[in-house]
Amino acid sequence: MTKAAMNPQQSLTQRLANPTRFMELSGRVLPWLAAAAALLIAYALYLVFFVAPDDYQQGQTVKIMFIHVPAAWLGMLGYALIAVSSFGYLVFRHPLADVSAKAAAPLGAAFTFLALATGSLWGKPMWGTYWVWDARLTSMLILLFLYFGLMALRSAIEDDALAGKLCAVLGLVGVSILPIIKFSVDWWNTLHQPASVIRLDGPTIHPDLLWPLLYSAVGFSLLFFALHTKGMRNEILRRRLRSLTMAEVDRARTVSATAAAE
Amino acid sequence: MDLGPHAAFIWASYAIYSVVVAGVIGWLVWDGARLKARLLELEAKGVSRRSRSMSAKPAAKEES
Repeated sequence: MTKAAMNPQQSLTQRLANPTRFMELSGRVLPWLAAAAALLIAYALYLVFFVAPDDYQQGQTVKIMFIHVPAAWLGMLGYALIAVSSFGYLVFRHPLADVSAKAAAPLGAAFTFLALATGSLWGKPMWGTYWVWDARLTSMLILLFLYFGLMALRSAIEDDALAGKLCAVLGLVGVSILPIIKFSVDWWNTLHQPASVIRLDGPTIHPDLLWPLLYSAVGFSLLFFALHTKGMRNEILRRRLRSLTMAEVDRARTVSATAAAE
Repeated sequence: MDLGPHAAFIWASYAIYSVVVAGVIGWLVWDGARLKARLLELEAKGVSRRSRSMSAKPAAKEES
């Protein structure tokens, strides 16, 4: 029974591991994913600007939270995705794992940058400063540098297989930054507030503010996965293009060699 | 819409967010369209992955 139950799952994994099948499946899923993301983000923005109340201390600046928090979560999720993909590439040689890791890096970097930028714009009116070298802000900045490092390393190495392996190693080593970011507000004295949504004792935000935040987080998460899927499709096309370009070069060489022999 | 004394910070946050997200979407769509066009161009010339393996055989013979 166990064998029978596992077989379909294995075949699904194997099916997804095939780039051609991935292109077919993702081509069908992507428009729905993008539409769902657009609808949820639009609804979240409506709640943020027309329904959600002001914070009793922070006033209307709390509206920045609805984009700042999802950006920070997605900045971290992007790196977690890279770490899982890197593991899959190094251990299981999954053909799409390297494609996934490569596609996630610029997206994670973009959302980490947005978390830092919106946090800075939120910090000025609330803390009186755009930036402070506290543990949460500094560890997020290190995450951004890790993304830059991954992208720079990949573009610096011409051999794709070697670049994939080295980026996978860096991706796995760098994942240690995620618990540091998460628990930085508990381990050290920081200007940044402690966690108020993902807590063992439940969220401490009032539901009137929590629900728009959750809609926004889900909407931007769907957008992230839509962009990641699109990025993976582009990377598969790029690899096909490289393969065909090599074929064209080989063909041109053969033609010129034949002409020279004649 | 009146967003109070700190409206500039709120609008700036949403503006940066919109620009970066729109930029990423635009870049991915442009990149995908460019790659598809280039692939179609090569396929129209008759280049395929099979043609690489076929053309590699005479080249290998020459080397030996």
